[in-house]
Formats: sequence, structure tokens, C-alpha cells
Amino acid sequence: MEVRVANVRKEFDRFPALRDVSLDIRSGELIALLGPSGSGKTTLLRLIAGLERPTTGKIFFGDEDASSKTIQERNVGFVFQHYALFRHMTVADNIGFGLKVRPGATRPSKEEIRGRASELLNLVQLSGLEKRYPAQLSGGQRQRVALARAMAIEPKVLLLDEPFGALDAQVRRELRRWLRDIHDTTGHTTVFVTHDQEEALELADRVVVMSQGQIEQIGTADEVYDTPNSPFVFGFIGESSSLPVRIADGQVWIADRPIGLSAPNHPAGDALLYFRPHDIELLDGCSGCIAGTVVASRRVAGTRRVELEIGGERQRVEIELPVDHIATQKSRIAFRPSRWKLFPVKAPAN
Amino acid sequence: MADPEIKSYEPVHENLSAAVTESRSARTVLMTIAFVFLGIFLLLPLVIVFKEAFAKGVGAYFASLNDHDTLSAIHLTLLVAVIAVPLNVVFGIAAAWAIAKFEFKGKAFLTTLIDLPFSVSPVISGLVYVLLFGAQAVLGPWLKSHGIEILFAVPGIVLATVFVTFPFVARELIPLMQEQGNGDEEAALSLGANGWQVFRYVTLPNIKWGLLYGVLLCNARAMGEFGAVSVVSGHIRGMTNTMPLHVEILYNEYNAVGAFAVASLLAGLALVTLILKTILEMRYGAELAATRGH
Repeated sequence: MEVRVANVRKEFDRFPALRDVSLDIRSGELIALLGPSGSGKTTLLRLIAGLERPTTGKIFFGDEDASSKTIQERNVGFVFQHYALFRHMTVADNIGFGLKVRPGATRPSKEEIRGRASELLNLVQLSGLEKRYPAQLSGGQRQRVALARAMAIEPKVLLLDEPFGALDAQVRRELRRWLRDIHDTTGHTTVFVTHDQEEALELADRVVVMSQGQIEQIGTADEVYDTPNSPFVFGFIGESSSLPVRIADGQVWIADRPIGLSAPNHPAGDALLYFRPHDIELLDGCSGCIAGTVVASRRVAGTRRVELEIGGERQRVEIELPVDHIATQKSRIAFRPSRWKLFPVKAPAN
Repeated sequence: MADPEIKSYEPVHENLSAAVTESRSARTVLMTIAFVFLGIFLLLPLVIVFKEAFAKGVGAYFASLNDHDTLSAIHLTLLVAVIAVPLNVVFGIAAAWAIAKFEFKGKAFLTTLIDLPFSVSPVISGLVYVLLFGAQAVLGPWLKSHGIEILFAVPGIVLATVFVTFPFVARELIPLMQEQGNGDEEAALSLGANGWQVFRYVTLPNIKWGLLYGVLLCNARAMGEFGAVSVVSGHIRGMTNTMPLHVEILYNEYNAVGAFAVASLLAGLALVTLILKTILEMRYGAELAATRGH
């Protein structure tokens, strides 16, 4: 089922949580809403579900305007961060709940409901736990049951609100792969909310990066990582360093020295230079480079992060070096970003 | 050198626990005060109630209970409880639901209003009904002309009891429902359940122990209420006397056995309530712990 969010605005007590958001979700797609807390990603998910009503704008399921439909009518599967399993019901009863509450004519028989529950438990790899209560399950198992329960009603869309947010790192990684497998098997159109970029990039077909109630960028993992379209996306996705620079004569300058990067198509004036700590090349002599004094050096897994102070402004940047690289012994390092992006500095509004 | 370090750990641990505990003598004094106080003010009166009730033997005890007016008082008390408690269950759930699950203007005011019966003297609440439904008041004569008696009749007693016992169920449910939040209800809605199904299958099972606890306290108070009921009842023997009122009347007539026999029933009710409450607390506590773990 395609889902189209058209110019949606949502206010809570006059405070805008979403400002004019539009988003097309393709049928069968696994899409991530990624952003820091307060970016409006959960609000957007709840609007699609029908748990909230948009202040303005419309939401379409296929060609049908779903904006005025209740959550029951929309037939969506919603998975909550804290599972929201019914604690007084067994696992099987939890999964069968959505079928049990159907009106008489469309309600399957008890045997059918039980059969469907074990089928779904099989799908989420929890066969044999039908009679357990939620309190007797681990966090990861509970979230699997919650997903099975959401899928039992054969939803048009699966919506997951920080599905792995309450789990520890090990289980998260495991469930991430598992969710991808389930998605590939069932082909449900799936939207999930996360603040964990690793999760979003690894799992989703497309990532929607949000900030302050707006969509910053929509794209595949490669697109948002390699060609971020705003300083926010560059800073939010992956590691990044930034330096204030000046553009003149098609060259990038720091203070009064060119750093050996040419930017012929960039308008002259102040700008911010963004680069990834690992996208750099070390230089010996400094004829057009960024040179800095080493102020800190940390071991991070297989590499070493070196923090440098640049120039008289004492701007700090981080670069990444191989663990045993000779440069890690030095007190001054010269380098040049090998991949980088410039964003113009907007004049402060005053 | 490592050895003494390991050894030093144990005494440190002991010192810690000793530091937060009073000395043996202080403990003894505190416990003695607590037990003597409870003994004199709670246990002794309870013993005396039963001693006085059986002062003239078991036969006299049952004979005084078998009195027409006494049976009528017991009957009325049960009737009032049977009406007032279910009403307060409905009102209590509705109020707790509104306060715990919705945001609306005047919520703080409603919360305060629910506590009002706790902060107002029951006699005052009784008097309010007299002012509202009395012969000189606005509503009284109008209702009377339509054949409805409120004051000095069963409806007045029920009203006063409902008022006084209103907070018990609501007070019990509000924190419970606030803690549980909306998640389960939203999940049920997303699975297609309608409002009634959400309440029946999700909300009610989640609050049942808290609700039962509230009902128990509400019932104990409904049967034992004196002040408010005393004002509105009119003390008509065999007609509008509840058990607490009847105890007073019998006692004023120097019928000690009769008074204490009825009082022993109320004391028995209190004991049963206490036992059920303890059982529920054990059960309910485990339930709450499970809620937090969930």
C-alpha cells in the first residue's frame, strides 16, 4: 500500500511539531524516519497511524484520503517502543487480540485465530511460547510478539515507533537483521522511527532525515551519507568535522592561507567546510594544507582519533588515522580533506 | 599485602549496616511505644466491644441482634452500601479515566474536587443536603410535591453516603492509571478494538486489583459512615436508622449489650476489610511490581 503525506502540519497547543511535511512512501518499501528527539518523527508516524489528527494537510492510503479515518478504520499495524503487550494475556491471546475483537461477521473462529497465532509465532521465531505471559519474556522476545500481534490483522502498513529503543545493543543488532528478513518475506510497507542512524542506514531502503519538524533530506543510505544536502544532515549522519573557511578566487582559504582545495563554482564569501574524519590525506610539507597541533588522541576500535587545534582561532577538528601510523607520534599534523563539502554561512539575522 | 585488604572489606560492610540502625535499647523503646500505643487505642477498644457484647452471654447477644429495629438497621446499611458502592465504582472509574488519560482545562480543579469529601467534615456534607432538600430549601418542597422524599428517607442517606465515599475508588485508580499510561489502549485501538472492547479487555484487567482495593475501602466507609448520615437520616427507628446510628441510640438507652452487639458486627466488618486489604496488598503489590518490570 502506498502512503502519501501531503503538506501536513501538526500543532500541539499552538506549538508546531511538524511544519508542512510531505512524503511519498512506495508500496513494499522499508523506510526510516531518522532524527534527534523533538524532530517530529514520532508525531509523523502517529499521524500516519491515526493516533493523531493533522492540523492541516492530508494523508492518503493509496488513492484514498485517510485523513478523517479513525485508527481502527485505517487498518495499520503499530509497534510501540515499550511493546504495550497486554500483560494479563498469554502470548497467543495477545497475537489473536486483533482478530478476536473483529465484529461477528468477519471474526475468524477460535481455532483459526489460534492457528494464525502459531503461524505468526513461527514467523517471528518464537514457536512454543504460546502460553507464556509477557512478563516471562525477554525484551527482544516481547518486541517480536508485538510485531506478530501487529501483523495478525493483515495491516496495510506496518508502523514501528523506536522498535528497538528499549533493548540493549547486542539484541538491537540481532533484531535489526531479523526485521529486514521479515520485511523481505512479507513485503509489508513499513515505516519505522529511530534516532539511531546506524539502525536507519543499515535497515532502511530509504532514510527520511528530520529536524525541527521538517524533512531535511530523503534518500538511500548512500545518498544521505555521501551527499548530505545540509550542514544538519552532514553533522547528524556519521562522524564529521567542520571548519569556518573563506572562499575567494575559486579557492578555499583558512585565515590568509589557501588550503589547496579549489571550489570554482562556489560563491565567494564565508562558508563552512565539512568533511569526515577518515576522508583525509596526510601531507608532509605544508604548501596548501590544513595544519594543526595535536591536543588529544583516542583509540577508537581499529583506528586512532586525533583531535587537532587549527590556526589562531583554535578551531578543533577530528581526523582518523591508522592505529600505528607514524603521524600519531607527532605534535603537529598537516592534512587535506580528500572528500568534502562547502555550505555557505548564512548572514546572522539581526 | 593483599590479604589484609580483602579482610578489611567485611568489617566495612558491617559498619555500614550498623550505621543506619539504632542501638538495641533505642529499638526496644521505639517498638514498646508503638505497641503500647496501638494496644491502648486500638486493640483494647476492640476487645471491649466484644466483651461488652457478650457480657450477658451468647443468648442475649443473638437475642439483641434479632430485634426488629436492629435487623431493619442492618438491612438499611446493606441497602445503602449496595447502592452507593456501585455508583461510586462507575463515577470513580469515569473520573479516574478522565484525569489519567486526557488533558483538559479544569483538570486540577476536578482533582481537587474529588478530594473535597476527605477534607470536609461529614457533618457539613450532611448539612449541605439538608440545606438543599430541606423544607425551607428550594428543591425540597418541589420534590415533595412530586412525591419524592429525599431528607429523612433512604435517598438522602444514599446521597450522603455517596458523597462521603466518593474519593475512595477514584483516588485508588488515578495514580494507577497514570502510571500505566495510554500505551495499552492505543495498541488495542490500533488492532481494531472499539471503545467498549478496549475497556473490557485491556483497561479493566489492568486496574482490577486497584479497583477491588478501592471498592473494599469504599464499602467499609459506606457501612460505617456516621456524621453525614446522622444529619440527613432523622433517626426514625426501624425506618432510617443505619447500623452506626442504631448503635448510638441503643447506647443512649443504656442497652449496652444491644449497642455493643451491633458494634461488634461493624468491628467484624472492619476486621474482614483489614484482612482482605492485606491479602490484596500482597497480591496487588506483586501486580504493581510486574507492571514496572514490564
